[in-house]
Amino acid sequence: MDWLYIYMPIAGMDILWPGLVLIGFSVGVIGGFFGMGGAWMVTPGLNILGFPMAFAIGTDIAHIAGKSMVSTMRHSKFGNVDYKLGFVMIIGTMIGIECGAQLIMYLERLGIVGGVVRWVYVVFLALIATMVFYDFYKAEQKKRAGIVEGEKGTEGITWYKTLHKIRIPPMMHFKAAGFTCSAWLPIMVSFATGVLAGFLGIGGGLLRMPALVYLIGCPTHIAVGTDLFEVMISGLYGAFTYSMKGRIELVAVFVMLTGAAIGAQIGTVATKYAKGYGIRILFGCAVLACMVSIILKQYGFSNSAAVVVLGAISIISLYICVIMLRGAAQELRDKKAQQAASRI
Amino acid sequence: MMHFAKKIVLGAVALVTAVPSLVWAGGGEKVDQLIIVADTRVINNAFVKYIADLYNTNTLLFAVWAVVLTAVYGAFLGFLMDFIMARTGLDLKSRKLVEH
Repeated sequence: MDWLYIYMPIAGMDILWPGLVLIGFSVGVIGGFFGMGGAWMVTPGLNILGFPMAFAIGTDIAHIAGKSMVSTMRHSKFGNVDYKLGFVMIIGTMIGIECGAQLIMYLERLGIVGGVVRWVYVVFLALIATMVFYDFYKAEQKKRAGIVEGEKGTEGITWYKTLHKIRIPPMMHFKAAGFTCSAWLPIMVSFATGVLAGFLGIGGGLLRMPALVYLIGCPTHIAVGTDLFEVMISGLYGAFTYSMKGRIELVAVFVMLTGAAIGAQIGTVATKYAKGYGIRILFGCAVLACMVSIILKQYGFSNSAAVVVLGAISIISLYICVIMLRGAAQELRDKKAQQAASRI
Repeated sequence: MMHFAKKIVLGAVALVTAVPSLVWAGGGEKVDQLIIVADTRVINNAFVKYIADLYNTNTLLFAVWAVVLTAVYGAFLGFLMDFIMARTGLDLKSRKLVEH
């Protein structure tokens, strides 16, 4: 069974390559569907494969950059990427991440960083999950009451409408996202999510995707595509810095990326067959799984945390695959029926 | 001189083998302080050997290669998958924006 193992030249060990492909595939599916990097999902998987932890984060970030590139290309064809919004947000994200990292270093000097980071992460994940489910509940109530707003259908939380009333120049129109607002809104929101990402040591997709929906007012599909564009840029930067520190295993990156490229197509195409709220609800479930795993880790149950994360990844990615396959089959059937009707 | 080089390589191999346990023991917080050297003696593939050598000797060039190769491979896979998906007969250029 030697052929199932691949030699990692830098780490100097053999790793089960189908395991790497499978991790890449699952994270590709989920990342393409939700518009996030998914670093929190990769690390436990790499742990189980016996991948050296010294290389886990750097390898993960480089693979996420490549995977996000594949997903962004596909989302771009659907018109799901607002590049203008993405570029404006990069300014805030980069400055924010740097400020967050400085804050962590300050807390480190004070000697109080330890569990604080994990608990802040848990609180924010709990807030995001609550917001997502409350939003769904509110939208359901509105729908039952027959209240339909705008072209996109009923929405629960509409905080962005209040924020769009801020008219500090320069005002900017974002064509793909379909709204006009002060340029300061996306800059400040991305700065805030950047500070949090830098503070928590994460990519930030988990925070930025809901911020794009609830605070900036992007339709869910555009939020997913635009966030992936951001993840791609920050991922490439992250790959560079981690390579400079010698914390990357390139062979593993390419193996994972091969699986991720296939997964990313499935995840991205599945967004076509899912309604915005379907994406939001599944996203809320993923956030909950991430939160539970962090709490378990905090109390020393690392194995249980890995089981929760890997279980959630398997169920969610399988469900997304089903959405994609069902939707694609239905589309092909409709197409055939149309062709048959036009012949008659 | 050869003896000294041998010692360094052996030390490096031992360090690489010990890395996972060291990191686990440190709760993953001491990773930045570890120095890891790739053992290029056991690599046969010329390109992989070149990359591993770069890792040991020129970190900046290694980092540039890492980013360029990741981007190029990502773009290649993107175009390849696009080519394959275009043959499935699915409409991959339009979608309805429905929230609820």
